[in-house]
Amino acid sequence: MALLRLLAIRLLTTLVTLAGVAVIVFFVIRVVPGNPIAMMLPPGATEDDIARLSALYGLDQPLLTQFGIWVAGVLQGDFGTSITTRQPVLDLVLGRLPATLELAIMALVMAVILGGAAALTGTRFRGGRTEGAIDVANGMALSVPDFLWGLVLILLFGVLMPVFHISGRVSPALDLPFTTDFYLFESLLRLRFDLWADIVAHMVLPALALAIPLAAIIGQLLKQSLKETMNLDYVTLARTKGYGETRVILREALRNAALPTLTLVGVQFTFLIGGTVIIERLFSYEGLGNMAIDAVINRDLPLIQGIVLLFALIFTVVNLIVDLLYAVLNPRLRHA
Amino acid sequence: MSFLSIRNLSVRLKKGPPLLRRVSLDVQAGEVRGLVGESGAGKSMIGKAVLGILPPSVEITGGEILLDGTDLLRLPPKDRRRRIGASCALIPQDPLTALNPSHRIGPQITDRLVDILGWPRSAAEARARDLLAEVQIPEPDRVLRAYPHELSGGMRQRILIASAFAAEPKLIVADEPTTALDVTVQKQILKLIAGMQARHGTALLFVTHDLGVVSKVCQNLSVLYSGMVVEDSAVTDFFAAPRHPYSRALLAATPKYTDPAAGLTPVPDEVIAAVRAEVAAFDAGGIA
Ligand SMILES: Nc1ncnc2c1ncn2[C@@H]1O[C@H](COP(=O)(O)OP(=O)(O)OP(=O)(O)O)[C@@H](O)[C@H]1O
Ligand SMILES: [Mg+2]
Repeated sequence: MALLRLLAIRLLTTLVTLAGVAVIVFFVIRVVPGNPIAMMLPPGATEDDIARLSALYGLDQPLLTQFGIWVAGVLQGDFGTSITTRQPVLDLVLGRLPATLELAIMALVMAVILGGAAALTGTRFRGGRTEGAIDVANGMALSVPDFLWGLVLILLFGVLMPVFHISGRVSPALDLPFTTDFYLFESLLRLRFDLWADIVAHMVLPALALAIPLAAIIGQLLKQSLKETMNLDYVTLARTKGYGETRVILREALRNAALPTLTLVGVQFTFLIGGTVIIERLFSYEGLGNMAIDAVINRDLPLIQGIVLLFALIFTVVNLIVDLLYAVLNPRLRHA
Repeated sequence: MSFLSIRNLSVRLKKGPPLLRRVSLDVQAGEVRGLVGESGAGKSMIGKAVLGILPPSVEITGGEILLDGTDLLRLPPKDRRRRIGASCALIPQDPLTALNPSHRIGPQITDRLVDILGWPRSAAEARARDLLAEVQIPEPDRVLRAYPHELSGGMRQRILIASAFAAEPKLIVADEPTTALDVTVQKQILKLIAGMQARHGTALLFVTHDLGVVSKVCQNLSVLYSGMVVEDSAVTDFFAAPRHPYSRALLAATPKYTDPAAGLTPVPDEVIAAVRAEVAAFDAGGIA
């Protein structure tokens, strides 16, 4: 019941958010200077050529009319045609989305594992040198942004010790039998572990670059929360029953301590998705972010609009998932 | 032989002042011993030392805690934990914070039986059901599946009592088990603990502020001031003629149930000064 209501409310706010984003992105990219048609045509094109092409893309109409046409199209599932590639925006965007989703989720998994391990180890050996070392590592991880971690990782594991790939999503020489764009996932389903290994070797470094700052945040926050929980009465009571420190942390404290961290991880995960734009560029990874940068450089207005809308949709879905998870993990909300 | 025998136990804040000063006390099998003293005297600290849950900010500087003849302080941590878990239990002060909010009630009663003592799950669950009946909780099956927040404070304290008795411990430490409860519930809970203690023959270390409660449920008591045991007497002797001036003053400061308005004298300043001097003399005389 409570979950259904939450879903209904969220659906409504999502629609409002998306409408707002649509308005903003549409007008903002038209205010910034730069004419997409002029960028398309070879040097020496006449005013006449420009005018004809502008008319073809509807760019000669008043802004409000353009907006109306675009919104009417979007509502019918037509996001327009990319000016640079002349392909439907929806196809382009959906073709790249899986790559970015796989990268972001792998980064999230890495961040949770690394951050969780740091928090648990720090709590287990709290007050000692181990905790100090973890705090220092966390601080370092936090004070360097993801794209700099990307450069560091490229230097370390791409150049000095070339164990991972630093460019692309999969080795170009490989024959890909895939029917979807979820390469990582599909290679597993098809039991093509050779392809899977190649894809992972491409994803490790960009995913790690995205994961490190988030891992540090999770590590710090969860450790703080765990340490506070470890002083609560029910944890003390569990100790008297004969449980050792590690079991007390995992059995009694972890779940309650994870709840406050979870909300923040949701917010931070949306930042991580934002980070894919630069990281994908850095690693020439063929995802949405990389495409977004091309679209901006080429002033490909319909494509920019499509990508931004999709990012906004992803953000709201992530927040919804976090809220649902929170409700599921917290018995107090589940029964409300 | 006493089941619990604390010998000259000294505890202090790490690199700080002493919190327990050569505390000695015994609890025979099946005996109920009261532990009284003003707030901050160190009553809970004694219970925590016995159960191995002293806060990390304090350290034991000397003494022994003999449980069934074995000094807990000499055991490796794991053996100590297991031994305490198998033969001792705690009834905590605040039932609202002593149950894990994200676990159901059932596992919180059976966990020690299954995880530490190796009972089969079904036997542990049957035991939990019997215990809930014994602490007079209606619909035990529903309660076992409930989460703590669905139950009242009195119910939760009954559950914690049931959980404490689950493994038939030899010794239970009850740290002000009724202080956090509604006055109307306090009496019922007290009666419940006393009844369970008598039926199961469990030794009880009963921490309280309330001498009235001591007179009803305890056979012996230790009076604590500033981490020092100033009197150790049988309850009947104590109420007839307390030996230490501080005990006398404490007794005079306790409201009488027969005549609540009369005889309410706070502990006089000179008694406090005298017992402080005693503590100071002890500290000057060198620490154990
Ligand atoms: N976690 C802790 N860290 C440091 N000092 C503590 C801690 N807990 C208690 N103390 C100190 O130890 C002393 C004894 O505390 P204790 O809790 O045993 O008192 P008490 O007799 O149980 O009092 P109350 O009746 O208020 O429960 C007090 O001076 C208290 O300030
Ligand atoms: Mg206390």
